Amino acid sequence: MCPALTTCGSRPGTCGPSAGHPPWQSGTNIATHGSRDSLRPVKNPRIVGLLLSLLALLWPPPAGAGEPKVLRISLTTEPPQLSSMKATDQVSGFVLGHLMEGLTRYGRNSEIIPGIAESWQMDDQKARFVLRKNARWADGKPVTAHDFVFAWRTVVDPKTASEYAFALFPVKNAEAINSGKLPLTALGVSAVDDSTLAVEFETPCGYFLSLTAFPTYMPVREEFYATKLDRFGADATDILSNGPFKLTQWVHGASLVLDKNPEYWNADHIQIDRIEIPYITNDPSAAYNLFIDDKVDLLGDMLGIPKESLDRAQADRLKMKAFSTGSAWFLEFNQRQGKVTRNWNLRKAIQLAFDPKEFVSKVVGIPGTRPGTSFIPYWVPGVNGRFHAEYPLKPTPTNVAEAQRHLELAKGELGGTIPELVFLTGDTPAAAHYAEYFQFLFKTRLGIELRIDRQIFKQRLEKMRAGQFDIVQAGWGPDYPDAMTFADLFASWNDNNHGKYQNSKYDELVRRAQSTSDQKVRMDAMSEAEKLALSEVAMLPTHETAIVYAHHPRVSGIVRHVVGPDPDFTFATLRE
Amino acid sequence: MLTYTLKRIGAGLLTVYFIATATFLAMHLVPGDPISGNKAMRPEIRANLERKYGLDQPVMVQYGVFIGNMLKGDFGISFTQQNRSVNDIIRDHFPVSAVLGVLAIIVASVGGVLFGSFTALARGKLADRTVMFLVIFGISVPSFVFAALSQYLVMRANGKLGMTLLPVAGWGTFRHMLLPALVLGLGTMAFLTRLMRSSMLEIVSQDYIRTAKAKGLPPARIFFSHQLRNAILPVITVLGPAIAGITTGGFVVETVFAIPGLARYFVQAVQQLDYTVIMGLTVFYGAFLVFMVILVDIIYGFIDPRINVAKARS
Repeated sequence: MCPALTTCGSRPGTCGPSAGHPPWQSGTNIATHGSRDSLRPVKNPRIVGLLLSLLALLWPPPAGAGEPKVLRISLTTEPPQLSSMKATDQVSGFVLGHLMEGLTRYGRNSEIIPGIAESWQMDDQKARFVLRKNARWADGKPVTAHDFVFAWRTVVDPKTASEYAFALFPVKNAEAINSGKLPLTALGVSAVDDSTLAVEFETPCGYFLSLTAFPTYMPVREEFYATKLDRFGADATDILSNGPFKLTQWVHGASLVLDKNPEYWNADHIQIDRIEIPYITNDPSAAYNLFIDDKVDLLGDMLGIPKESLDRAQADRLKMKAFSTGSAWFLEFNQRQGKVTRNWNLRKAIQLAFDPKEFVSKVVGIPGTRPGTSFIPYWVPGVNGRFHAEYPLKPTPTNVAEAQRHLELAKGELGGTIPELVFLTGDTPAAAHYAEYFQFLFKTRLGIELRIDRQIFKQRLEKMRAGQFDIVQAGWGPDYPDAMTFADLFASWNDNNHGKYQNSKYDELVRRAQSTSDQKVRMDAMSEAEKLALSEVAMLPTHETAIVYAHHPRVSGIVRHVVGPDPDFTFATLRE
Repeated sequence: MLTYTLKRIGAGLLTVYFIATATFLAMHLVPGDPISGNKAMRPEIRANLERKYGLDQPVMVQYGVFIGNMLKGDFGISFTQQNRSVNDIIRDHFPVSAVLGVLAIIVASVGGVLFGSFTALARGKLADRTVMFLVIFGISVPSFVFAALSQYLVMRANGKLGMTLLPVAGWGTFRHMLLPALVLGLGTMAFLTRLMRSSMLEIVSQDYIRTAKAKGLPPARIFFSHQLRNAILPVITVLGPAIAGITTGGFVVETVFAIPGLARYFVQAVQQLDYTVIMGLTVFYGAFLVFMVILVDIIYGFIDPRINVAKARS
């Protein structure tokens, strides 16, 4: 679904490891090595031998058949906690995706494949999952349908106060239980027997299968949870896994060790014996140094190699890969009463003046980034293929003259002049860089002044919610692999619709798509809604993000998922 | 002395109380709260979280609950690490910061006293000027530059030698601690060198030093019994706050060297507006700083019998 683009070092044709050099380098660096050696006269051939053997120590011989295959990575932050019922962040999602398995899981191509459930039947009202008889917890006891019932009930229990309880709202009565209106037992899930799980839906949910791969839906064994309660997921001993790996060590802020779980039903297909996470640091140059020093096998975890380090990586000839992370970024216009950005001609003028291709190549500068065409990104699946292959969009070409015309119309409607606009943005270097570009663009192409309002994370969110901006650059990452995770963003009832775009036709189309699991009807409605919002310039798509990463060539089969645990090492192998 | 100590401790506790109150109020004035995130939350889910953490109560009630729990030594549960208590976080991570801080202080004070005395005795010579230039350098260059630079150099050295001379990052063995401790202590060392130098310069021109020289004492004896003992007092004065500063201010070094210290959690808590962790760590650090200052005042009396803190203040 998401092909990873391979970009080799600056010189084409120099890809591939070459003997005698650290394997993360491609090509040879003859110039510097040659000249440095020639400066140092070799007195004794034995010294050369000694140096060579020292070099050999740096790259120890590959692990033999008896030695465990250990993959080492660093993380930018540690998981805040590892209770599948409460996890909301990417790092927890990554670790839990390796420790746990839900009814379904993500396959090698990010498709949904059977997990603990080996088969299922589903219609608009209900679903029935048949669990594997050989699915076991790390302590050898079987995973049963009761473990799912317990976990789901605990998630929607108001006392648990799970932030992601809403993920279960497609299940019958989940929302009412979470609001304290119904007892836990009213939840539409039950264990017919130990290996059959019956689910009733609140409303038809066309993407329910992908939700069952989500951490919130993962099983928890009641009798284990009862011994942990509030400590559940706090430490290595407070989590019981049923997935490919188990957590054997967790030193907070320092390290995690995941060992292969021999009780996992599919353990024969897991090639790696251990995942070590010996370093946790969000300092990009530290992460980089660790990779070059051969202390970790992957550079650029969820966040990728930052732009600051890209030049260095090119100079070191790292073999980098680009991966589209699936997030859509756009400018949101404040369309509340009294705001000038409520004016369609003004928004249209901005749209016509902006060139996403130029923005991506000259400003973003991360390989793999796509120019924004819509708030529904290119990778999103449609009925059979990709959504945008089935429902193509007509691009809006950049046209400054046409932009000027709309600007004049806007000025007429707004009483002659356009006041200075407030551009709200974050405090990262990249955000500042983008904001300055827009400041320049608005000034030169439209003659509009932008005042940049840089805010730290929480305060920016607060201002977005309160509507204290004219334009804000915002992004959205998918919660599940379906167009709806993006399509309902501009519905009038959605609290993430920060600009308060409101269109009853759009709302109706989103409701139509939400009321059925007939994929054709859903996609038709969402495509229509998408085209409507784009023609109204409800927002202006800027780009679809990508990250760049590199890994040691002895590792292969690293899978990157847009939705789901990322990076995914369950299919990885280590070369012997 | 006892009354004085008790009085100081009483005043210290009051200070900590004021720190706690001021932080609490400032924290609640900042827009946003610990449970708001990137994606908007449904009202019922938000209500559940607010109820769980007591955020649905008026701020003054929250303040009362906080002070009550604080007196019992309970700082509550972290918002971001939902199942770890603030006490757990302090217990797990303060020792790491403390070990690093103590090592850094040793580096800083030994280096500072040594270089300070040396430059004072070699005043005006090339060696003095060189060291003093480096001192200015050490004071003005921020620690993240030193951290990044030293890590890069070690990484290159490891690569050239084909072995791990020093670990690039991480925590565990003594070898892991050397580089971060040096980097962390460098700024304080530069500062102490200057302090020691000026204090030493003042001492060497004193009458009693001339007397000591006149009566023929060996230079080593003059240095250790008369010069060093008197010149070191200002260094001791600043050492208390410096220990607290180093132990709490290791955020950059902890991040660059991937060290599981407390300072990192503190900064993260501020960024996340993790109320309980901010309060717990502020009070803890505040108490630590106050305690170090009192301790230094008491130690003072032992080092220089002329200083009788108890009498002077009462």
